[in-house]
Amino acid sequence: MTSPAHAVTASHTDGAGALASPMPDTIIRVENVHKHFGKLHVLQGVSFEVNKGDVMVLIGPSGSGKSTLLRCMNGLEVIQNGQILIDGIPVHDRRTNLPALRQRLGMVFQQFNLFPHLTALQNITLAPVRAKKMPQREAEELGLQLLKRVGLAEKAGAHPGQLSGGQQQRVAIARALAMQPEVMMFDEPTSALDPEMINEVLDVMKGLARGGMTMVVVSHEMGFAREVASRVMFMDGGKIVETGTPDEVFNRPQQARTQAFLSKIL
Amino acid sequence: MVIYHFDFGSQREFIPVYLQAMKNTLLLSVVSVVLATIVGIIAGLARTSKRPFIAWPVAVYIEVIRGTPLLLQIMIFYFGIGPIINLPAWTAAILSLTLFAGAYVAEIVRAGIQSINRGQTEAALSLGLSHVQTMRFVILPQALRRILPPLAGQFISLIKDSSLVSVLAISELVYTARKINTRTLKSLEGYVIVGAIYFVMTFSLSRLAGYLERRSSPSD
Ligand SMILES: Nc1ncnc2c1ncn2[C@@H]1O[C@H](COP(=O)(O)OP(=O)(O)OP(=O)(O)O)[C@@H](O)[C@H]1O
Ligand SMILES: [Mg+2]
Repeated sequence: MTSPAHAVTASHTDGAGALASPMPDTIIRVENVHKHFGKLHVLQGVSFEVNKGDVMVLIGPSGSGKSTLLRCMNGLEVIQNGQILIDGIPVHDRRTNLPALRQRLGMVFQQFNLFPHLTALQNITLAPVRAKKMPQREAEELGLQLLKRVGLAEKAGAHPGQLSGGQQQRVAIARALAMQPEVMMFDEPTSALDPEMINEVLDVMKGLARGGMTMVVVSHEMGFAREVASRVMFMDGGKIVETGTPDEVFNRPQQARTQAFLSKIL
Repeated sequence: MVIYHFDFGSQREFIPVYLQAMKNTLLLSVVSVVLATIVGIIAGLARTSKRPFIAWPVAVYIEVIRGTPLLLQIMIFYFGIGPIINLPAWTAAILSLTLFAGAYVAEIVRAGIQSINRGQTEAALSLGLSHVQTMRFVILPQALRRILPPLAGQFISLIKDSSLVSVLAISELVYTARKINTRTLKSLEGYVIVGAIYFVMTFSLSRLAGYLERRSSPSD
């Protein structure tokens, strides 16, 4: 089920203490991260690593801090303690060039967040042209190629309002891919979709995973996780409760909280 | 005497004077509203800034302007600041109308920006766009569509408010009406005529704005 390239070192995943020297192919290191919203302690010492080529699926009940964790990872939220390193670069250091760092981390949102005033193609070309200074022509070629890859070649000129939810989400994936990121993060990419549209989006994501893309995916799509995840991480109450292969977490969960959660969603 | 006897007979010869006054009122309002839009966009953006040393002075400007009468602002500008830097009446009039309308436009711009879903900013930032690029290419283009109708309303208000610069002896509509009334020894005719002119201008503008709004809203 899990290819050897996706093998995971479990010792790096279970807490702040496991700060061994970074493996050469570690791309994300989250170290003892604490995040408060006012009095609410949303992330309570989260630590884990993601290696290049990993497909990490993050599960957990509503309010457990999954979205917040992703948003901290690309600097959309500040943190109060700990640190997050992307390829060794601290996200929350004042001296870090955040826009440049974010170009290396694609993000796909539950609500798609396409730019409604732009066409599908313009949604994709905006950031390469403005942030990467890619020539317009080249960006359009890349955009069309990506639209083809997500099965929407004929929708280049459509505005988001003219697309179905599944189509919008596929454009959003293409838009993120256009920056040629090293990591793709997905925050419940299919949970705002009608059931019949979920698979078209999951298929694109599976294609990415099989192509070797490093991915961090918040999703409760068990089929997806079983098929392509190298690791599943269960979060509850701002803490990582359990980590393992899909087989370990889904079939032989060690923690009572994991078992309780799985029994509710399976 | 209770009933006023209108007599518009002597008004005919003043038609060119009224037209000139109407042009002046329009000129005052158009120039001020264009400048106010620029001021308002900058102030509106600054108002949404997270940096207090940018947001605060702008907040003070907006609140002071909106919390004091325009008539007072015009007089303070002309009689207070005017002599120091040698400000002609027209310049003082346009500047005070600009600063006045600018504060209202700033609030319109701020509301327009804040009406755009946060997800738009987050998506743009997560792609690696800077804050300025996000504002320019993602937020403002969407906000402008929502800003346009209230901006038209602000323009209409400004046409009416510009009558207050008559205290600076500028030959806009109200000042002109007062002068013609004196000349013709009438107390109302001139005011009724310029009232009609104001109404024609503002009514046609609001119809135009309504039309533009209807045309732009379905594609939202
Ligand atoms: N901007 C914010 N301000 C205050 N509290 C917030 C903010 N964002 C999230 N929270 C709170 O932080 C907690 C974690 O939220 P988060 O969105 O990360 O959970 P989640 O695991 O993604 O849940 P879901 O499955 O519902 O998306 C929740 O209690 C939420 O109400
Ligand atoms: Mg969430």
